[in-house]
Amino acid sequence: MADSLFYIFAFFTVACAVGVVANRNAVNGAMCLMLCLMGIAGLFVLLDAYLLAALLVLVYAGAVVALFLFIVMLLDMQGGVKRPFKKMTAVASLASLGLMLVGVSMLGSRGHLATLPSPAAAAAPVGAVLKNYAELLFTTYLLPVQVMGFLLLIAMLGVIVLSKKFEGMEDIK
Amino acid sequence: MNAGLNEYLILSGLLFALGFFGVLLRKNTLAIFMCLELMLVASTLAVVAFSRFNGTLDGDVFVFFILTVAAAEVAVGLAIIVALFRRRQTVQVEELNALKN
Repeated sequence: MADSLFYIFAFFTVACAVGVVANRNAVNGAMCLMLCLMGIAGLFVLLDAYLLAALLVLVYAGAVVALFLFIVMLLDMQGGVKRPFKKMTAVASLASLGLMLVGVSMLGSRGHLATLPSPAAAAAPVGAVLKNYAELLFTTYLLPVQVMGFLLLIAMLGVIVLSKKFEGMEDIK
Repeated sequence: MNAGLNEYLILSGLLFALGFFGVLLRKNTLAIFMCLELMLVASTLAVVAFSRFNGTLDGDVFVFFILTVAAAEVAVGLAIIVALFRRRQTVQVEELNALKN
């Protein structure tokens, strides 16, 4: 059951990722990104990371995609001229995609990761219990948590500064 | 066929490759940013799979931090794009060539 669910979610996620890459319309791209994140949240549930699945849906599919849609609406870029792709760009990106796919397939055919025990055979999993998360966050990872709080503060200040109007600067042309 | 660690890693690598392809191919700054997010999420999938098959929670906590950083990154990046659009009236990377020459 879990295996077929994995393949369903994997196919769904990859199809939506192709939609993100290939869609010319930015709104459709953002919607595909949201569906892709939903698929990844499903995969997280299959991996027993329930909290992360909920956080992914809340933070990414909720806040980030909404922010993207908001900016697309604000900038209104649909009217611009559509330029064809340069041949060099297409060739370079296709070559890089091919190289990465070769790397992935090497992982599948030559990697020794298959020798790791499967989840059923593994020792009793810690389980994504909230208590365990809290214990880790407030003991082992206390410093990173503080740093994250500081980072969010700095990001907030940075966004405020960036969205101010710069009066005295001459235009860079 | 059993969905083990290898399958999750292959899926993660595939998603990463697709995002990378999009970053190189697309012209719209917002689309590039979306593909960048796709790459980030693909890497978190690999981390969660490693953590699950290792039987520890440390990877999950790390993904927690990655999500926080990604949220901050999206906020700042979109603010930069909006500032850029206000100044140059475009978000197409081909027209953003102020550093050329």
